[in-house]
Amino acid sequence: MENQSCVNIQTEWDIVAARQLGRNVAKELGFGIVDQARITTAISELARNIFIYANKGRVCIEKIYDKGHAGLRIVAIDNGPGINDIRLAMEDGYSTSGGLGAGLPGVKRLMDEFDIVSSKGKGTEIVATKWIR
Amino acid sequence: MNRIINKYIQEQKEYILKEWVERMKEKSDERVLKVVSNQVFVSTSREFVEMVSSNLNDTNDEYSERLHDFAEKVVKLGWPLSFVTEGIQVFASLVFEGIKEEKLVSKEDEMKLFYGIDRWTNPMTNEVVNIYSTTWERTVSLQKIALQELSAPLIPVFDGISVMPLIGAIDTERAKQIMENLLNGVVKHRSEVVLIDITGVPVVDTMVAHHIIQAADAVRLVGARCMLVGIRPEIAQTIVNLGIDLNQIITKNTLKKGMEAALELMNKKIIQVGEKS
Repeated sequence: MENQSCVNIQTEWDIVAARQLGRNVAKELGFGIVDQARITTAISELARNIFIYANKGRVCIEKIYDKGHAGLRIVAIDNGPGINDIRLAMEDGYSTSGGLGAGLPGVKRLMDEFDIVSSKGKGTEIVATKWIR
Repeated sequence: MNRIINKYIQEQKEYILKEWVERMKEKSDERVLKVVSNQVFVSTSREFVEMVSSNLNDTNDEYSERLHDFAEKVVKLGWPLSFVTEGIQVFASLVFEGIKEEKLVSKEDEMKLFYGIDRWTNPMTNEVVNIYSTTWERTVSLQKIALQELSAPLIPVFDGISVMPLIGAIDTERAKQIMENLLNGVVKHRSEVVLIDITGVPVVDTMVAHHIIQAADAVRLVGARCMLVGIRPEIAQTIVNLGIDLNQIITKNTLKKGMEAALELMNKKIIQVGEKS
């Protein structure tokens, strides 16, 4: 798809590449500086989750248009171990890796729409969207 | 077989060079031609052809030295590796086709000719790839060292006050260094207040925040206070959105404000002596 570009996440530096891509696309679409920071931070969280928990995966950035509104969609896919209890993972302060546990609930608050599908042993797919207001 | 190849190349050098430049110009994208002027392209191409054919004459030592020099030159010119390896392939096929056309070998010997050329170009490709990768490895390791040197300096500015300016993305490696330099520096400079300046950090996500919180905790344990300065408005908003609790750390939006607060904590003040001239 023309409006979509992806970054493979394999090393820690790919996280930087992913959010650079996100920032560029967000800038192109005309997001304000605060929303740019929100989007890049969300990408950073999702890409880091892939790197920490699944070792490798993919982050795709997509420009979307709906009823005259433009938006940016982040799709983070991995074939990692999956999330045991999504409800728990979405709770503030819950982490299995000794982190702050603010990543996933934080991304949900940073973005406008948030959707997560995960099956144990198969992987996780997270789709998050931000619209231009 | 080598003699036939060699003879053909020596006799047809000019023709091969012309053909080679033509073909490579077609293949090379704008990228190569943009960085290399036409003159340089032709002269380097000539050198390339000379070098490729010299393989058959020179002794091994002489040859590998020339190959080494050439590869380094090409790296400096910015020729992509794929372009050089393709150049060798094109050269090989030019020689093969040329000899076939001139009927210098019999039909039965064509296979032998093919293998003969292959045996001669393969080590060449290997060598070029080798030199390229060593050059890259050297560059990468040098840059890594350079990056490490400027990754997390702790600068004492006043008695008891130190600043750590952070610029660029923070990864786990750097986070470790920040912690180490911070603790060692605090002890070494007898700092009582440390300001961590994150003006140059593009993204503060939960991992970066986590490392900062840990560093601040550790600084407190060695008896100093930690202040986080340079929080841009958009970063402040994302930190709130993420729900990160930075209440344990004193925060200011600029280094200047942080410095004033630090001086206040130390019961010090900067005053003006006399009139400005």
